[in-house]
Amino acid sequence: MSEMTYRDAINLALKEEMRRDSSVVIYGEDVALYEGAFKVTRGLLSEFGEVRVRDCPISENTIVGVAVGAAMGGLRPIAELMTVNFALLAMDQIVNHMAKVRYMFGGQTQVPLVIRMPGGGGSQLGAQHSQSLESYFMHCPGMHIAYPATPADAKGLLKTAIRDNNPVVFLEHELLYNSKGEVPDDPEFLVPFGKAAILKEGNAVTLVGYGRMAILSRQAALELEKEGISCEVVDLRTLNPLDLETVIASIEKTGRAVVVEECWQSAGLGGDIASRIYGCCFDRLLAPVKRISGLDVPMPYSRKIEKLCIPQAEGIAQGVRDLLAQAY
Amino acid sequence: MEDSLKGVLPDEELLRFYEQMVLCREFEESCAEQYAKGEITGFLHLYSGQEAVAVGCTAGLEQKDYILSAYRDHAQAIVRGADPNRVMAELFGRATGICKGKGGSMHLFSPEHNFMGGYAIVGGQFPIAVGFAFASTVRSEDRVTVCFFGDGAMNQGTFHESLNWARLWNLPVLFICENNFYGIGTEVHRASAEAVLHRRTCGYDIPSEKVDGMDVIAMYQATKRAAAWVRERQRPYFIEAVTYRFRGHSMADPAKYRSSSEHEVWKSRDPIPNLARRLVAEGIAGEALLEEIHSRCVAQVQEAVRFASESPWPDDQEIWEDIYV
Ligand SMILES: Cc1ncc(C[n+]2csc(CCOP(=O)(O)OP(=O)(O)O)c2C)c(N)n1
Ligand SMILES: [Mg+2]
Repeated sequence: MSEMTYRDAINLALKEEMRRDSSVVIYGEDVALYEGAFKVTRGLLSEFGEVRVRDCPISENTIVGVAVGAAMGGLRPIAELMTVNFALLAMDQIVNHMAKVRYMFGGQTQVPLVIRMPGGGGSQLGAQHSQSLESYFMHCPGMHIAYPATPADAKGLLKTAIRDNNPVVFLEHELLYNSKGEVPDDPEFLVPFGKAAILKEGNAVTLVGYGRMAILSRQAALELEKEGISCEVVDLRTLNPLDLETVIASIEKTGRAVVVEECWQSAGLGGDIASRIYGCCFDRLLAPVKRISGLDVPMPYSRKIEKLCIPQAEGIAQGVRDLLAQAY
Repeated sequence: MEDSLKGVLPDEELLRFYEQMVLCREFEESCAEQYAKGEITGFLHLYSGQEAVAVGCTAGLEQKDYILSAYRDHAQAIVRGADPNRVMAELFGRATGICKGKGGSMHLFSPEHNFMGGYAIVGGQFPIAVGFAFASTVRSEDRVTVCFFGDGAMNQGTFHESLNWARLWNLPVLFICENNFYGIGTEVHRASAEAVLHRRTCGYDIPSEKVDGMDVIAMYQATKRAAAWVRERQRPYFIEAVTYRFRGHSMADPAKYRSSSEHEVWKSRDPIPNLARRLVAEGIAGEALLEEIHSRCVAQVQEAVRFASESPWPDDQEIWEDIYV
């Protein structure tokens, strides 16, 4: 185990996998010489050279399309989209191509690629640079989606993503890059997809989160602990495949669920998860499933009001208190 | 004045060009019949008129070279080696189809022939072709990747992004525009500010040329030269093949936007009778041989229809296969 940041854990996963497998290549806007907009790709160009680590033009749709073709042609490309917001320019290649070619070509090809996308809100970057688009990807079959919350998972999930023969959208939260945690040194440390983590055990309420929302849910749970409210925190880790089993098993124990999503509430993933919970354990629920979501507004700039638009630990804690106070 | 065919290629090769073009034409015309009968459904874009492009280009490549195309892809897949029976079965939506009946007319794919797909989002294949070329470069495979597309596709952002990228990274991509003058009902000059399409590559420092896409020999020679250039220099090149589709954009299009006189001019340039005439004039084939070739192609297409119609439908369980590895 070594203590390191989420950023360094991702960097380490990239290096380890590139050392292990010469078919892994990395490219993106400013990933090579500049070492990444968030400095995630530091040291890669110097270690692996300019054939395997390359800067490319500001052409997001083509970044993804080149990865699709390169993956079909035998490489394991890792492409970085500078931020998830720019994935909207690449939705054609992501949804119409990356997620479709294997199926529409009758299983005769595979697309082992990873698209890394830093994202999320909370840095006063305004409406166009603060989005949480995970539900957009989740809506479409044909790709895996990972969203690590901790440095250890950042390393282990990314290594699994790179070895996966399916296309993987790998979401990274910009506000987690500097967060620290213990990370296994083992170069074979892999975190399997479709296996949620219990970040904290508890028995009165289940908090379901992912990415930074899992971290904030844990903070809220620790706060509530002091008030004698016991919460179990489930970190989904991957949004596709989705580990509903772990969520349901936790609710079987607690009888109450709060789904915390950073994305907008309208047609957000929390609604989908809530409806699946109702379908699986309606009779076990002591209260309706509560959703705590990003507000349905374009993100404002001013930090005073921006923080009102994104779920915060205190808001999650209050949501739990409200849920418990309500008589059903 | 046309050049003599003699000396360009051995007689058998010239006859093979003829046979491939006839097979493609018969295949497409049979598709139209099967569509009218309701056996083929969905979108169906026929290639009749453009055969010289697929046949000439394919002959100018090596089998290891990759080919990607748009949705008007039957001829390109068949000329590359895909089994017409399994292509027809795909159009019929049967389990024996080349993509198990899950792709359809617009999404043929045959990796054993390095035919890497028909793509139905206009311009979607540009970046993917660049990606294939990138992979073959990193893997030192010495392949050229050929990307076919229409005149209309040149107005997509991916065209510009991909040409820029291919030249920037010096990738061996041969871009071949099949300029049939229309994107559905919109004529080139109403969609492209520069209507001389091959001129549009200068912004990416990619050399280009215009070729008579109704002349299979010209297409063959130009592609062979261009592919050798791309292979040698490891840089992209661009060919504008000037051609015409004899049918509407798809089966849903009666092509009312084209004048009959325009159609007649292009009909007179039909690549198939024109090659036949030259083969006969130069004593390479007699009428009887050409008729024999024609009959063989008709029989092969009839067999494809029989194969398709007798093939089983996909199992319901197939719905869930091939989404993930
Ligand atoms: C992104 C996208 N926009 C629109 C369409 C609808 N569409 C299908 S074919 C076509 C015309 C394309 O013309 P061209 O590239 O010249 O090819 P051709 O059909 O002439 O072979 C259009 C607009 C589409 N399939 N994809
Ligand atoms: Mg056209």
